[in-house]
Amino acid sequence: MVYSYYPGCTLKNKAQDLDKYARMSAEALGFTLEEIQEWQCCGAVYPMATDEIATKLSAVRALNDAKEKGQDLVTLCSACHHVIKRVNDDMQNVEDIRTRANNYMELKEPYSGETKVLHFLEVIRDRIGFDALKEKVVKPLTGRKIGAYYGCMLLRPGNIMAFDDPENPTIMEDFISALGAEAVVYPYRNECCGGYISLKDKELPGKLVDQVMASAAYKGAEELITACPLCLYNLKHSGSGKKLTVSYITELLAEALGVKEE
Amino acid sequence: MHKTEKDKAILLREMSGANVDKCMKCGKCSASCPSYDEMDIRPHQFVSYVQNEDVEALLESKSLWKCLSCFACVERCPRDVKPAMIIEAVRQMVVRQRGGNYLLPDEVPELLDEELPQQLLASAFRKYSK
Repeated sequence: MVYSYYPGCTLKNKAQDLDKYARMSAEALGFTLEEIQEWQCCGAVYPMATDEIATKLSAVRALNDAKEKGQDLVTLCSACHHVIKRVNDDMQNVEDIRTRANNYMELKEPYSGETKVLHFLEVIRDRIGFDALKEKVVKPLTGRKIGAYYGCMLLRPGNIMAFDDPENPTIMEDFISALGAEAVVYPYRNECCGGYISLKDKELPGKLVDQVMASAAYKGAEELITACPLCLYNLKHSGSGKKLTVSYITELLAEALGVKEE
Repeated sequence: MHKTEKDKAILLREMSGANVDKCMKCGKCSASCPSYDEMDIRPHQFVSYVQNEDVEALLESKSLWKCLSCFACVERCPRDVKPAMIIEAVRQMVVRQRGGNYLLPDEVPELLDEELPQQLLASAFRKYSK
């Protein structure tokens, strides 16, 4: 199975591990991530004001590219996924945005939200299946206690993201379990790390990250995983409390599938 | 043309797409907000300020730069009022004005470090500048 793939700006630079291990793992699981041509940065935050159009066009171009190839569009970075999924929802359901966005572009035919957007974890859950994943594991992560850090953008708003239950998600825990590790559930796994505010304000993200780490450690987690480069950065660099190691979901996956270079 | 407070309140309703009149003042948005302690005007108050057409106070609020757009208030609102959308609309109203940018390119070099992800710069510029 070949999917159109939108890596996004950070996966080409500071989060190359997230990208590299995803591609290697995908091949091991029997699907291919085909990077779309000439993609543009999604902007990293969904433009919420109802009169914003130009800031949504890079997402529409990526969506339309996948549509023209007849492929589903796979994302990895939580921010890219959030932006592209929400813009797609606008293109499906908000006539004003759909009309004005199409007016900006010269597409072969107007784009109306036809593309299916899937996060990498959704491909594994919904297309591969966690049982099949478990069978492909060659180095089970037995004995490791791993907490999933969801953050905000994969889950909320739940009615549009439709990723999982926004208050009590299980997809990342199921993923951890399929890899042979023990999934540790803790209360702050879907609370914000501070997000983009950490560029100018270190104090508030520090407080939030300390809460996340303390909550995970209290429940027995020894390490955390995330899909988001900004969450990873904030979890590693903000706060002054106890630190658990944080890695990307795909690094863990590549390790368990035996495709991670040592 | 100079906009009155009433004009701005109407514009905020349009830009946010939020129906502030549905709010039943339960305060769940503010109770869910991770930035609550840092804010001078809290998420539930943003709703009331728009209803009361008291927009100047919102434009001056430091809460605009404390909201994380984490959507906890949007998710947990029992009336689907979407306070984060109102805060975003006010933030846009500020940064769209000349001289309203909260982040300038000249500030960036000294904020960088070796591991800072591009995502952080892209999102901060989207939130703080036009």
